[in-house]
Amino acid sequence: MANYYSDIKELQFELNHPLMERIVELKERNFRDKETFDEAPLDYPDAMDSYDKVLDIVGDITANVIKPNSEGVDAEGPHCENGRVRYASGTYDNLNAMVGAGMNGMTMPRRFGGLNFPITPYTMCAEIVAAADAGFSNIWSLQDCIETLYEFGNEDQHSRFIPRICQGETMSMDLTEPDAGSDLQSVMLKATYDEAEGCWRLNGCKRFITNGDAQLHLVLARSEEGTTDGRGLSMFIYDKNDGGVDVRRIENKLGIHGSPTCELVYKNAKAELCGDRKLGLIKYVMALMNGARLGIAAQSVGLSQAAYNEALAYARDRKQFGKEIINFPAVSDMLSLMKAKLDAGRALLYQTSRYVDIYKALEDIARERKLEAEERQELKKFSKLADSLTPLAKGMNSEYCNQNAYDCIQVHGGSGFMMEYFCQQIYRDARITSIYEGTTQLQVVAAIRYVTNGAYLALMRDYEAVPVAPEFASLIERAKAMADKFEAATTHVKDAANAEFHDLCARHLYEMAASIIMLHLLTQNATRCPEMFAKSARVYANYVEAEVMKHYTWVMNLTPETMEDYKQA
Amino acid sequence: MGLKIVVLAKQVPDTRNVGPDAMTAEGTINRAALPAIYNPEDLNALEQALRLKDKFPGTTVTIVTMGPPRAAEVIRESMYRGADGGYLLTDRAFAGADTLATSYALSTAIRHIGDVDLVIGGRQAIDGDTAQVGPQVAEKLGLNQITYVEEILALEDGLLTAKRHIDGGVETVQAPLPLVLTVNGSAAPCRPRNAKLVMKYKRCLAPLEKPADGLAYAEEYEKKPWLTLGQISCADVNADLSQCGLSGSPTKVKSIENIVFKAKESKVLTGSDEDIKGLMAELLANHTIG
Repeated sequence: MANYYSDIKELQFELNHPLMERIVELKERNFRDKETFDEAPLDYPDAMDSYDKVLDIVGDITANVIKPNSEGVDAEGPHCENGRVRYASGTYDNLNAMVGAGMNGMTMPRRFGGLNFPITPYTMCAEIVAAADAGFSNIWSLQDCIETLYEFGNEDQHSRFIPRICQGETMSMDLTEPDAGSDLQSVMLKATYDEAEGCWRLNGCKRFITNGDAQLHLVLARSEEGTTDGRGLSMFIYDKNDGGVDVRRIENKLGIHGSPTCELVYKNAKAELCGDRKLGLIKYVMALMNGARLGIAAQSVGLSQAAYNEALAYARDRKQFGKEIINFPAVSDMLSLMKAKLDAGRALLYQTSRYVDIYKALEDIARERKLEAEERQELKKFSKLADSLTPLAKGMNSEYCNQNAYDCIQVHGGSGFMMEYFCQQIYRDARITSIYEGTTQLQVVAAIRYVTNGAYLALMRDYEAVPVAPEFASLIERAKAMADKFEAATTHVKDAANAEFHDLCARHLYEMAASIIMLHLLTQNATRCPEMFAKSARVYANYVEAEVMKHYTWVMNLTPETMEDYKQA
Repeated sequence: MGLKIVVLAKQVPDTRNVGPDAMTAEGTINRAALPAIYNPEDLNALEQALRLKDKFPGTTVTIVTMGPPRAAEVIRESMYRGADGGYLLTDRAFAGADTLATSYALSTAIRHIGDVDLVIGGRQAIDGDTAQVGPQVAEKLGLNQITYVEEILALEDGLLTAKRHIDGGVETVQAPLPLVLTVNGSAAPCRPRNAKLVMKYKRCLAPLEKPADGLAYAEEYEKKPWLTLGQISCADVNADLSQCGLSGSPTKVKSIENIVFKAKESKVLTGSDEDIKGLMAELLANHTIG
């Protein structure tokens, strides 16, 4: 039987990364849960075996429930009825299967009914589900909003809300408004304190809210009257059981049809504050978005994998000029590059998730006891790495999955343009990934400080010192030369000391940094498992070298004086 | 009202993916070439049992499976989905059983468990395709039976109402407990494995599965008795050896032939009413349609 986990050996490889030992050690705290919970692991191999087995269940459900429903869900889409959302019928089957299998609240502590999984295997589940239905993956993956409630909510809120999410209630993050998209500082949804009832009341509207009729909402609203910027915003918890929020309409979209994108109207909706006032945007939503960006990176890798699978199967099957088209260099070139981008992007995704795991687990430990000096160092190091890699993982994977979806249709030729093949759904579903949770342009904004402060360059230099197999030493030599080019281009931009010029070049520097880092990660993977990654590493090196040269030439040819051509009015 | 339910489940070779090496030269199944799986219709049966467990608190679902030690995998797979435990019926004397000897062995195990309200099994196994074991178990235990069940509609005051899938339609019937049901593949598919149950029960072993030299996490089996699955031998149930295994099996295989279908015969039909009528009658008679 097909299985979206066990069929993808690269996922099993990423799960078994050496850093997992430290992650499990931190997450399981000396395996203390084993006395209280029968399902808790006894030691490291036992924990890893459990992750593997649980991923296998998700792979099974994805192949045998979600995938067969995918086309129907895409065609039917959700319905708006009397201010409520009714999902496409297949969506309910998907949800029932996932909830029945206990796949909700995966990362939450066991005392709340969660599985206490690290973020890495959870992220793998998100990738797996997205490969079959990226729309459904949104509804299911929004469970990771609970991380933010766990981090910043109080104990009373934990005990009231987290168990419900573990039992399968869904979530939404209500941020965007008609006049506050990329610029969330402009959020106007009004929060006022109701003295009589002793609670907050929300009034106004939100737009483009994914799964907007969820049971539990995290809402960004303006609690400080008279303010106009981010410092006047707080985060609230809205429970659908209390009522007061209706769905005005569901958007008609290009892709991810299974995922209801809602316009919401808040009419004196009762809500409670999560964390402190005024920290809504600057602290909590930033944390929420970082988690969500990792989720979109995973969704993108899932779509990339789906695109590669469809293209490969078609190219092996389709005959022209008397042979299967996979035998034509023009086709196998496309497939090789698709696979290289997929492998490189996945390597970056899980390196990022592992870094997130380490620092989040340490932060959680810090809630119980004071960290040792060494642990504080570790937390600082990994939190900086995670913050710097997250916008690369989100931005690059979302762009790569769009490129792979494009090439997937190209491999299919005219058939790919017809609605009968799955590749058209992949193409439509992929398109949103480089837009929501911050466009690629905003990922560049989030990442550029690590270009200018030398963090990416330092990481590249660190990776250059990681030993690789002799057969891949030349790839690292080439990566070193690319890093030199990146350094020179960065210096060129910094020396110009012109903010506009800096912004104009940012995307180029960002792509250089991301692709060189991915080349290192893919080469490290090839060293550990050459039969799986050697080809991809070499193909990717050729591709990245050309890309780096392209960006380098672009940046070096330009100065603040010659950038007028790039201004449009 | 809690029920005591036994589910009969069998580990079978996956005959749905048969390759050229599926049979040995002697005409027996080449088990190495076919992965062992949970018999599909037994999974439908398990789902019906689990639904009753969801509905009636206090209900227990116990799996009974006959086979070599590795067949205990079927019990674990059931526990991952919500079953409470199970018994592996294993003994050299049970080997080589046809449907008659199998149903005898299963019925002795069910008697051994005792006071069972419902016995539920799949309609048939994909290796033998006989659909005989369920009905034979009912006969041996002297119980009522409903075969080809598609859905249990109600269970009230000891009276079970079920929808049967029959030729050309459905039939709704009632019978009092205790009762044997065989469930059709068209019934609801079985629920997926549950993450926590998998993690809890993944180490469950039947005694015969435990390696003599060094069992991993041995101390866990001391602490948690439920990690050791039930196991029944001939002696445990005082089975009559003449009714067990090969000696209890009147079925004799004379020979096995490989059949290759060839499109040798063909018939030319015109568009006349008569030809169409004839074709309709033929297709209805051999159940291609209808």
